[in-house]
Amino acid sequence: MGKAKIYEVAEQKEVLLNGDEATAWAAMHVEPDVVAAYPITPQTIIVERFSEFVADGLVRTEFVSVESEHSAMSACVGAAAAGGRAFTATAANGLQLMNEILYIASSLRLPIVMAIANRAVSGPINIHCDHSDAMNVRDAGWIMLFCEDAQEVYDTVIQAFKIAENPRVLLPVMVNFDGFLISHTAQNVKIFKDPNVVRERFLGGPRKPIKIKLMGKEVELSLNPKNPIPVTFGPLDLYDYYFEHKRQQLEAMQNAYEIIKEVHEEYAQLSGRRYGNGLVVPYKLEDAEIAVVVMGSAAGTMRYVIDEYREKGIKIGLLRIRAFRPFPYNDIMENLKHVKLIGVFDRAQDQGVMGGPLFLETRAALYDLVDRPQVVNYVFGLGGRDAPPELFKKAFDELVAISTGKIKPFIKKYIGVRE
Amino acid sequence: MSKKKPGWKEIPIAGVPFLSSLEYKTGDWRVFKPVIDDNKCIKCLLCNIYCPDMAMLVKWDETGNKPLGVYVNYDYCKGCGICADICPVKAITMIQDER
Repeated sequence: MGKAKIYEVAEQKEVLLNGDEATAWAAMHVEPDVVAAYPITPQTIIVERFSEFVADGLVRTEFVSVESEHSAMSACVGAAAAGGRAFTATAANGLQLMNEILYIASSLRLPIVMAIANRAVSGPINIHCDHSDAMNVRDAGWIMLFCEDAQEVYDTVIQAFKIAENPRVLLPVMVNFDGFLISHTAQNVKIFKDPNVVRERFLGGPRKPIKIKLMGKEVELSLNPKNPIPVTFGPLDLYDYYFEHKRQQLEAMQNAYEIIKEVHEEYAQLSGRRYGNGLVVPYKLEDAEIAVVVMGSAAGTMRYVIDEYREKGIKIGLLRIRAFRPFPYNDIMENLKHVKLIGVFDRAQDQGVMGGPLFLETRAALYDLVDRPQVVNYVFGLGGRDAPPELFKKAFDELVAISTGKIKPFIKKYIGVRE
Repeated sequence: MSKKKPGWKEIPIAGVPFLSSLEYKTGDWRVFKPVIDDNKCIKCLLCNIYCPDMAMLVKWDETGNKPLGVYVNYDYCKGCGICADICPVKAITMIQDER
């Protein structure tokens, strides 16, 4: 692991962009070799804008209009196996259609980057935000990052390429952000004035596949025809080697903890923007007695409510999870070990389970603490159900009541649903 | 018979093959192995013809015209038992392979 390079903060300009546009601009600044995508709400604007950049000659990217998301991911697999930098975007049912190829991308160690404008999975058919689409593919071997606003989306898409292509990682990365709430909401986003800051200075030019030893010769891990020994991607891998290859993937995922932090720090020097340590983003947790845990845009609403409660003297803080895969259990333990009560807010369905995915894993992360805090689960905002400050105030009041012994703790509650 | 296979730290990532197919010994798949009784064998070579893995080999005399017997290439014999089934004099028996 090399030391973080020292960057000067690069010149930037402020433009009005929604989350989708911010993604498209980030992708434009990266200039992937191949973008293959199929439109699906609320991701459509990403590909729409990017195709305009291609048409306007702002990027030399090969843009592939495919007939389905299954093909989009397959084309990205081909492009990345050939040694290229590949990017795509999707949401909801599109992501589910890709599912099979997601495992192939991660097992073939292809550093593809994909933006997900998180949307409820049909049915009943719904185009609005929740995290159920991403949660359905959480074990596909992809790194999964969750953003809070359009600015973070721009920053994270750029970071994602560097994380994915790190020789100690070489795993695909999913950049998640709330459909409509972020994807279609405009804000002032700072972007680099010169795309070469991203392409050349940060990413160091075109992707360079790693070298491996094959039959005594050094070859590039790609389908490069100049390889002295041809490399085959994706042959049969049975009980005699599959397990070893999965073990290698696990190692890469373990390395990703360090690399996500490292790349985040390098990028912070270049941009002047930080998101916690890159894995988790704590807010007013130092002296907190009650903590809330959440992913995505709801974190902003919660900070607003927390500030109000702090003025009332209630010691409440927030831990936003930025990396869901690899799951930062050590950081969660470190940040929440002193807290008495934790409310985990899941924006995903949890059919037939004890609680939402974020709740289950957060609670599991805290199990090894000698002095375990109480952890309760709130499921909110399914299918784009509004999550205003009032909704969280009600939940926070309840957490205060639990912490003072006025009401009994529970395991899981649905909030914002009509009884 | 087979060498110890390399561990996850020793093989290239991404599931790319790192050996020639000739070095991939499918004999590892075997549970039962064929054993030939040379005294019973009538050298009809049906086992050689029927073997789907070309693992039942013929030993020829120096003229190359007369078969002296058959023997098994255990590197590639998957133990399917077709040879034992096809043998007209029951000269081949399948026994539990111990590796």
